[in-house]
Amino acid sequence: MYQLSLDNLQNFFRQIAAHEKLYIPTDKDNVAVYAEYAEGMQLTQKLNTNRSAKDFFFPQTENLYDLRMNGKNLEIEDTREACEDFVVFGVRACDVRSFAILDKVFLADPVDSYYKNRREHGTVVSLACTRPEETCFCQSFGIDAAAPEGDAACWIADGSLYIKANTEKGETLLSYVADLLTESDGSAVAAQQEKTRQLLAKLPLANTDFEGMKKTDLMAHFKSPKWAGLSEACLGCGTCTFVCPTCQCYDIREFDTGSCVKKFRCWDSCMYSDFTLMAHGNSRNSQLERFRQRFMHKLVYFPDNNDGVFGCVGCGRCLAKCPISMNIVKVEKALEVQDA
Amino acid sequence: MTKETLIPLLGVVTDIRADTPDVKTFRVEAPNGGKVFEHIPGQCAMLSIPGAGEGMFSITSSPTNKEFMEFSIKKCGKLTSWLHQMEVGQEIAIRGPYGNGFPVDTEFQGKDLLFIAGGIGLAPLHSVINYCRDNRDKYGKIDIVYGSRSMDDLVDYKEIIDEWCAEDGIDVYLTIDRAQEGWDGHVGFVPNYVKELGFDTNKTAVICGPPIMIKFTLAGLVELGFDKTQVYTTMELRMKCGVGKCGRCNIGDKYVCKDGPVFRCDQLAEMPDEY
Repeated sequence: MYQLSLDNLQNFFRQIAAHEKLYIPTDKDNVAVYAEYAEGMQLTQKLNTNRSAKDFFFPQTENLYDLRMNGKNLEIEDTREACEDFVVFGVRACDVRSFAILDKVFLADPVDSYYKNRREHGTVVSLACTRPEETCFCQSFGIDAAAPEGDAACWIADGSLYIKANTEKGETLLSYVADLLTESDGSAVAAQQEKTRQLLAKLPLANTDFEGMKKTDLMAHFKSPKWAGLSEACLGCGTCTFVCPTCQCYDIREFDTGSCVKKFRCWDSCMYSDFTLMAHGNSRNSQLERFRQRFMHKLVYFPDNNDGVFGCVGCGRCLAKCPISMNIVKVEKALEVQDA
Repeated sequence: MTKETLIPLLGVVTDIRADTPDVKTFRVEAPNGGKVFEHIPGQCAMLSIPGAGEGMFSITSSPTNKEFMEFSIKKCGKLTSWLHQMEVGQEIAIRGPYGNGFPVDTEFQGKDLLFIAGGIGLAPLHSVINYCRDNRDKYGKIDIVYGSRSMDDLVDYKEIIDEWCAEDGIDVYLTIDRAQEGWDGHVGFVPNYVKELGFDTNKTAVICGPPIMIKFTLAGLVELGFDKTQVYTTMELRMKCGVGKCGRCNIGDKYVCKDGPVFRCDQLAEMPDEY
């Protein structure tokens, strides 16, 4: 593990940015957002960014290819380009884990080359949490907010930044800033981790046990009478899906520029009625069915298809943002009671 | 860059047949001739036209055809309306093949086969029926029950009468929903007709049609003594990617585009009723 004084943080950012595009979480309009580092940009003091970090690998919109039609002739242009190397600094443990979940979707055969391209060129530098909030429940998914994963992991303690490389990409990143770093025994980090873990254990949602969902089979969960009450107030706004670091459903649409038709991919939401609408009808006609789909996907279908891994990392964004204060923890608790 | 399944290939429409007032069959070849890609019976492809969108369609032709692929498409939305007004020579974007297809080389081998279709539901069965005809010695007797709203709505009528009906070892039973002039065949809905015909329960059955027709036909077969493990169907839900990632065509934990579209009815019975 290495150490650098926080007085040197701007130099640290500057030297990384000299090699690769660097993104850090910073304050903008009173919320934390990831922004490309510019001289003097300050790291946010907020716990986490308003939106998740999934944009870096699965952007809200991206071009897939171009089509040009001229009479009966059609031209298909592959517009893919190799992505530039980039570094995302300050990703929290929950969001780092979300990339492993997205990998299970986009890197499964057939590999999504757009996503893979970004994954290969992106270096993830995590930052340990010290002040988890009451909406946090990452520990329910075996995530340790005090020991985040990532190509390199960072801790901020006692006026210093501590950093440890976990992968080759992480080592490369350290080489950019080697002259700023001194070796550390990590005792300050260990002390901080102990404190953070005590805080984590006291959080109101710390003991949410999602594993209990696996005791009941898919059909019993699907047919649960609880869905009607749970979904009754859902507005179908889709906010939960857009702020979610693991929601990966997408639409493929087109935009006519006048000279070509751009086929692009954009985030979509299973909460919307046109998500499954077909010429002959809709397979999920009511908000109950759409609401059920979102939670069944994360808590039952995804684990069924991915060695028991849930499609949630406990970041708490959906708890904080839902206009009707519905969330995955309430859903889990309701279904658990039914099972008992 | 590596191959990307979302980026389509170019196909040329080399023939268009009007099957019924709202169904046309389109022949698609690669720009330099031959097939754009190989498939197995029951698989699908995404067809797209800039400005009109992209949609998943059953490949109607048998893979034993080495020159071209065909798609029988009912006009019912924006993309299909565009396809219906295009002319021979039109280039289109095509990607695939997608889905699992029918188990023609495993479970179907050596079996007597009973195909049951309603309306445009014949499209996905057309491929497997002709595949079995072209590999006749691998399969037992073939029975085909096909029904539509009216005589004019029977897809592939000419091929059915001239080829399927004329072949030894194949029995074809046609029906239409309501009596009409010029029709001396059976009148009535497909599920009832299947029950009336009362097939041997040693057959392997394949059903495709509107969801309601599939449900009633399956119930009828079970009533006749068929086990759900002997009955297959092919599904369709809204799709965007075709490879199990865009997240909309799932029924429970199964994706129709990737784990289907062909399901055995005992598998379907264990899935949520959300289709």
